[in-house]
Amino acid sequence: MRKAVIIGAGMTPVGEHWRLGLRDLAVEALLKAMDDAGIEKVDSLYVGNMISGPFVEQENLGALIADWAGLGNIPAVKIEAACASGGAAVQEGVKAVLSGLEDVVAVVGVEKMTDAWPSDATRYLAYAADAEWELFHGASFVALNALIMRYYMKAYGYTEEDLALFAVNAHANGAKNPYAMFKRPIKVETVLKSPYVADPLKLFDASPVCDGAASVIITTPEKAKELGVPKEKWVEVAGMGRAIDTISLASREDLLTLKAAKVAAERAYKMAGVEAKDIDFFEVHDAFTVMAALSLEALGAAKKGEGAKLAKEGQIAIDADYPIQTMGGLKARGHPVGATGVYQTVEAVLQLRGEAPSQVPDAEIGLTQNIGGTGSNITVNVFRRV
Amino acid sequence: MARPMQVSRYWRHFREKYMLIGGKCENGHVHFPKRSVCPVCGSREIEEIELSGKGKVLSWTIVRNPPSGFEYYKPFPLALVELEEGPVVLTQLTDVDPEEIDFGMEVEVVTKKIREFEEDGIILYGYKFRPPVK
Ligand SMILES: [Zn+2]
Repeated sequence: MRKAVIIGAGMTPVGEHWRLGLRDLAVEALLKAMDDAGIEKVDSLYVGNMISGPFVEQENLGALIADWAGLGNIPAVKIEAACASGGAAVQEGVKAVLSGLEDVVAVVGVEKMTDAWPSDATRYLAYAADAEWELFHGASFVALNALIMRYYMKAYGYTEEDLALFAVNAHANGAKNPYAMFKRPIKVETVLKSPYVADPLKLFDASPVCDGAASVIITTPEKAKELGVPKEKWVEVAGMGRAIDTISLASREDLLTLKAAKVAAERAYKMAGVEAKDIDFFEVHDAFTVMAALSLEALGAAKKGEGAKLAKEGQIAIDADYPIQTMGGLKARGHPVGATGVYQTVEAVLQLRGEAPSQVPDAEIGLTQNIGGTGSNITVNVFRRV
Repeated sequence: MARPMQVSRYWRHFREKYMLIGGKCENGHVHFPKRSVCPVCGSREIEEIELSGKGKVLSWTIVRNPPSGFEYYKPFPLALVELEEGPVVLTQLTDVDPEEIDFGMEVEVVTKKIREFEEDGIILYGYKFRPPVK
């Protein structure tokens, strides 16, 4: 079977880009990735994006971005899997390369969220929930996660303070990342003093509404050699998995198990031939602090109910056993929803090349996990240093 | 946002939303709302069942920054309620002091206004849950 390697990566800073539109951000990240790989042409483009229609009245992103990036008459499509669109787009790109149909593939994840009113943004994000049985009742995405958070705290006896540690860790790492939206450390008190958005979930338990784009170039080792890309730049896509769970929270068999993440991780681990203990860093989807805890459990880094314990024991820091959110995670780097999975990929590439601003020592294998919906659509990717 | 002009879109679920009609498969698995395929055993032999509307609060939150269209109601309590027959339903709680909501609190169904649209005047009704009226 063919192998897939990432040979180029690029991104824009995450933030409120009032002077830049969706196409500007996407083209900037894409061209940076192509420059990083030292190439001028690609065979196809996969765009990870969640909700450009409502946010900026633009669909057909494949054509828009390939056109404006000057890529010629290539095939180009948008891949949508809610907030996991970026991770899914990376996987579609890898599949195209592994299938042999395409040799050099570009993936770009992009989202432009700050052009909308906040309450409209809240509505659009809830499009990832069940329209008739969740949004109909006024459920915001934050509210659905708050229901999980309260249930998690009750089930295992955790406090709001315990979960705040995930935000503190994310900000500590994000402070060193020039591309992060929030480049400052915070204390537990900062989280606890922030206002409730949906009790017990506070503003600082949640990732921000923001804009950004990230991009990677994928090919085979043979082609990478032919293109003259130095081997130090290669990062292997060693394993991939994707799975769904019930779209509505009320239908979930167990509110406290991210079943889709579990299944996706099993597939990714099997394909890569690794186990959770072999992973040197985890880029988990901490759109909300409780999701970081549930993710660590689903990925096998912690036992069920002990995800938050890892944070309490100081095991999630850069130099500890289970480093997570090495460049700030969704909380501090920012969460431009459909772009997030590609940002995670770019960050994994930087870690494995040894170029990360807060470097995990001797990192060889990294994992990214990207959640769509309240756990309804999840991708897990495993990357390995070549 | 887009005007919700399609009355049919809301009308087609009125039986579930007014009468709490769910589904029960040939093997006795109950779910809400009714599906074509039983989520437990995969059976397609599903009959309608009217749920009792009695349940207990599983988890709850207070929505302080709602999606657009629900600003008028904020803040409002939203909960997962486990019904007597087993299924869990996402619902707003009503006629309750937010301070009194607790795990396991008993609630019952009531039909209430969910939302109204200024522009074309559609008013949506549906279930909410409240502490039982004694
Ligand atoms: Zn059944």
